[in-house]
Amino acid sequence: MRLLTHNMLSSNIKGVINGFPLRIEVEKVVEKPVDFNPDFLKNMFSKIEWKPLVDASRTMGYAELPEEADASMLDSHDFLQRFHHALLELHLEEGALFCPETNRRFPVNKGIPNMLLHEDEV
Amino acid sequence: MSSFRTAQIPLVSSHREVYEPCDDSFALVDALLADQVKLLNHHPTLCLEFGCGSGYVITSLALILGKEASATHYIATDINPHAIRVTQETLEAHGLHAELVCTDIASGLEKRLAGSVDVLVVNPPYVPTPEDEVGQDGIASAWAGGENGRSVIDRILPVADVLLSDKGWLYMVTLTANNPAQICLQMREKGYASRIVVQRSTEEESLHVIKFWKDADLQVDGKDSTHKTGPGKVVESLISQLPRLSFWRNNSNTSR
Ligand SMILES: C[S@@+](CC[C@H](N)C(=O)[O-])C[C@H]1O[C@@H](n2cnc3c(N)ncnc32)[C@H](O)[C@@H]1O
Repeated sequence: MRLLTHNMLSSNIKGVINGFPLRIEVEKVVEKPVDFNPDFLKNMFSKIEWKPLVDASRTMGYAELPEEADASMLDSHDFLQRFHHALLELHLEEGALFCPETNRRFPVNKGIPNMLLHEDEV
Repeated sequence: MSSFRTAQIPLVSSHREVYEPCDDSFALVDALLADQVKLLNHHPTLCLEFGCGSGYVITSLALILGKEASATHYIATDINPHAIRVTQETLEAHGLHAELVCTDIASGLEKRLAGSVDVLVVNPPYVPTPEDEVGQDGIASAWAGGENGRSVIDRILPVADVLLSDKGWLYMVTLTANNPAQICLQMREKGYASRIVVQRSTEEESLHVIKFWKDADLQVDGKDSTHKTGPGKVVESLISQLPRLSFWRNNSNTSR
């Protein structure tokens, strides 16, 4: 699971109001190189919640993102490369995601988050 | 990355509880191939599939958009964990990557992905079955669609409406028994135009792959009651087309 996906996932449990961001528990992180595409990053930037990305990448062992970011930084190649690495190249291979409100655990195995709910949670 | 035009069947992984590529999967990929030039010009940033099964469709979509692979991000969901694994193997065998989430339709993604999906592809469980067969564990949930085969489709359509970007396109497989004309009508009320991209009849069933997109002239937000034709008119004119559905083409906008 890339951090892009983490940035797009919220807790889907019935009754939860603020289910984002999910807290990450890391067992295993893998890095996989991805082709660098500045246009893609520029298109994605406005859709990303920055602080959760910074926190998530730090949890995954990468602390090179600036605490704050705005669109003017998209002109910087250095910034784009860090953004690229955090968003696409860091994978949560094994671990879990936790609902910030209920602490419900969503397992991540072989890189795949399982968001399936039990009947009483829907 | 491979130079194939679509996913190669020998490279598509399988599992006894996962739907194998079938006529409906091929019809959907044929629709994407028929639209290849349009899809390339569409420059999608995010593509999504609900119910990826073997991974045949999402892999093919990535190959069809191949030239710009790094400009596009792919996400696929399935309710069946085996299907997610098989999709992962199929993608890897083709040297591709999509983000996979095991979930019901897009549960957990709806909030943050709202208005961001440029291409959504769905080959849903559409076979009319007793309602209690829908969503059961195992292979039956791959086809079991409940009454008129509409149970899952009717849950998918509002989610699609939430997720699609303003320029977003939805490609969905339907069966005649699903009453595709009525689906188009329902989507029209939400402001979507539609067109049949592929139609295929076998002895048992007739499949349509329908493409939906937001049409500014159809936006019926409730607020705007001074609508050009008025929602009533739109409905009327579409109903008059129902009996001729199989011949129906929407010619009003040839760029989609
Ligand atoms: C007809 S198969 C299509 C598989 C594949 N996309 C293809 O075209 O060959 C339908 C798929 O949808 C999945 N599915 C059924 N209900 C679902 C739901 N509520 N949410 C997500 N996936 C679902 C099934 O597990 C199955 O893999």
